[in-house]
Amino acid sequence: MLEQQLVNALSLGCVYALFALGFTLVFGVLGVINLSHGAVFMVGAYAALAVVTHLAAPLWVALIVALLASGLLGLAIDFLVLRPLRHRNAPHLIPMIATIGIAIFFNSGVQGVFGAENLRFPSELVPDKQLTVAGIQISQLEVAIIVLSFALMAALMIVMRRTQLGRALRAIAESPKAAALLGINVEGLFYLTSFTAAALGGVGGVLIALYSNAVFPLMGQPMLHKGVAVIILGGMGDIRGALVGGLFLGFAEVLSVAYIGSTMRDAVAFGLLFLVLLVRPQGIFGKILERKA
Amino acid sequence: MSALTSPSASAVSAPAPMLALDKVSKRFGGLSVLEDVSFAVPKGCVFGLIGPNGAGKTTVFNLVTGLIAPTGGAITLGGESLIGKKPHRITRLGIARTFQNIRVFKEMTLRENVVVGMHTHLGYGVPQWLFSLPGYRAAERRAAERAEELLSWVGLGGRASDIADNLSYGGQRRLELARALATEPSLLLLDEPVAGMNSGEKDELMAVIGRIVSRGYTIFLIEHDMRFIMGLCERIAVINFGRVIAEGPPDAIRSDPAVIEAYLGREE
Amino acid sequence: MSDWLDTFWAIYSNLVLTIGINALLALSIWLTLSCGLLAMANAAFMGLGAYTASLLTINAGAPFPVAVLAGVALPTVVALIVGLPTLRLSGVYLAMATLGFGEVVRIVLLNADSLTGGALGLSGIPQLTQWWHIVLAALIVLLVLRQLRRSRIGRALEAIKEDQVAASLMGVDVMAHKMLAFALGAAIAGLAGALSAHLSSYIGPGEFGFDRGVDILTMTIFGGIGGLTGPVLGAAVITVLPELLRSFRDYRTMINGAILVLVVLFLPKGLWDPARMRSWFGRKPSYAPTTGADSPSAEGPR
Repeated sequence: MLEQQLVNALSLGCVYALFALGFTLVFGVLGVINLSHGAVFMVGAYAALAVVTHLAAPLWVALIVALLASGLLGLAIDFLVLRPLRHRNAPHLIPMIATIGIAIFFNSGVQGVFGAENLRFPSELVPDKQLTVAGIQISQLEVAIIVLSFALMAALMIVMRRTQLGRALRAIAESPKAAALLGINVEGLFYLTSFTAAALGGVGGVLIALYSNAVFPLMGQPMLHKGVAVIILGGMGDIRGALVGGLFLGFAEVLSVAYIGSTMRDAVAFGLLFLVLLVRPQGIFGKILERKA
Repeated sequence: MSALTSPSASAVSAPAPMLALDKVSKRFGGLSVLEDVSFAVPKGCVFGLIGPNGAGKTTVFNLVTGLIAPTGGAITLGGESLIGKKPHRITRLGIARTFQNIRVFKEMTLRENVVVGMHTHLGYGVPQWLFSLPGYRAAERRAAERAEELLSWVGLGGRASDIADNLSYGGQRRLELARALATEPSLLLLDEPVAGMNSGEKDELMAVIGRIVSRGYTIFLIEHDMRFIMGLCERIAVINFGRVIAEGPPDAIRSDPAVIEAYLGREE
Repeated sequence: MSDWLDTFWAIYSNLVLTIGINALLALSIWLTLSCGLLAMANAAFMGLGAYTASLLTINAGAPFPVAVLAGVALPTVVALIVGLPTLRLSGVYLAMATLGFGEVVRIVLLNADSLTGGALGLSGIPQLTQWWHIVLAALIVLLVLRQLRRSRIGRALEAIKEDQVAASLMGVDVMAHKMLAFALGAAIAGLAGALSAHLSSYIGPGEFGFDRGVDILTMTIFGGIGGLTGPVLGAAVITVLPELLRSFRDYRTMINGAILVLVVLFLPKGLWDPARMRSWFGRKPSYAPTTGADSPSAEGPR
């Protein structure tokens, strides 16, 4: 059943990569470890669920709603909390602590409003029809996840490498002050990055909610921990790193569950994380250079 | 009347501060920053290092103080190799430095800044500070007094309790000097000590450094201000594009064609 | 009067003692923050201390002082081992590494069923912690840290926090000092864990994870990291707050989160900020004297 495991690993890895992508974007461009990314991810799932249950909307609409809801939340967080800290030139650990507070706030807030139990997407909406591709069973959902993830990542890579926008973002990642001197609208691009990263998180939230058939207030937290492991594995601030790291983690987890046992599954992520930090702290694609002001 | 002790008195076990670089090279990835750099700073000398921006001068300082490791070549202090030693060990061997972009401890007082420099010489152990024993208190008191002396020496007397961040630019440079002196070095590395100062401040600092020199410290300095360099230094090395293109007394350097060419079009 | 005191103690003793434990934890994080390290592993060290001490009293019938000592020693040793490779990392990478380490510890505690009781935790821990144990521990830790701050080590830690390159070039062995702060912080956290376990008679792996780490961090940042008063004050307030907000119990965690954000935004130096308070009272702000001189503040009002 190796092929089956590989398919599982691929889909799981893609979701991890999608989550890590938003995370790493914010780190690369804004220089902040945004620990509220998990909350934003969770909000996307809830937004989609709400739209589907209360407005009987089709899934693709829900996905867009999630994208917008999370994106706007991410933007608000940046504008209200991260921006003042930027202008104050706070040492980089301070914004991280603030985002922890934001995560706690939203996690418990959502719990207060929606309750702590597992909610589910209506089963008729979940595209779980099984297809057979090259002799392997794969559900429509898994196909959707894999295709969507790769498409988004490819789009992002093209933007970063081939467009003026991407060049501007990379310049900011090197040195925001220098980029501003070049006439780049640094603040505006910060907002755009926050929005996009959160939007990606929201999409990831819906996908995982469908995949694991569970929506609950703390669903972002384990993802956050995994996301940290992914971007450290792959290299902080690097898009390829998010992809490679996410896939790597997905494979490591699924294979270890299959061959070692499910209890230590979470330990795999952190064991790897730790090992990487000891041996090659910058991860596979990362650079350990200090970001210039 | 100066409170500054001569280096030979304080650097008891330190070797004679003859700094020697022998065929030193430094490459970052494919980029060669220094190539085949060789010169020696004799004891008691005031040695200048000049060159256009980006020529590799601060890299030399970083190599000597152990912040980075050379790709090739040898660096010795009185015959003892400095390569592979951690920065704090090199400082304990008697080398102190100031920085091109000022690195004072902004939120500490002037006194505190200088006393940090005395870290190694405060030599009291855990029981001493844990129980506020007399040995600890005496050492701290002496340290505070010495800090006051060093501060007056560089012209910051009476301001020991001020916060370093409130000092003027020139004041912070002088603070760095006092702090470096606090480590009781035999060799002082000064990285652009008068950069950004007006001519009045430069003259003051020149006088301070002159006094340091007369006490027998060896000084190795990087500067762009030609009047400063020519007026103070006994020997000068010129670096351009990572290579030493000339070395000698100021008069020889002044008239060296290679040096003139390197500086063509540059002010000062 | 003494009746009132008795009633007060009967109702609130646990709260007061918890404040003491949390104060120890806040101080342990303060120590690492004082040299610029954001080490998110102290909750895990607390857990290691709690489990070690408890296993010794439950399984080996060890006397309390021995168990507590072991609860201090084990996290310290682990910190020294883990610190060696990890403390080479800076800022963000260090925070992530220690976060990861904390999670590894939690997962190991969760899965080592036979030893730690797994998800069910350890119950039946003898309640050996007396109020004076906690008071004594807090006083000793406060005293040691206060003396440390005034010594050359404390000065070196401050210098490292400001600019570790400059500090190393002034002769400070940066790595050794970081290790000291990290290991001593782990020791204090372990002490808190050992005492806490024997106060509540039950411990579970979930108590020593990320959430606890965030709690401790909140207390310290909220209280202020400028000195030793801040963490203690922060611990007191944050511990008591849920009690005061009992009517808002569902929103307690939300409020914690909001507090964290608001403090970071509006009280950057925390609640207890000597400089800000001095400026309110018209004195010139100056760094707390650590030259060891006897007088509290040699400057006086200007």
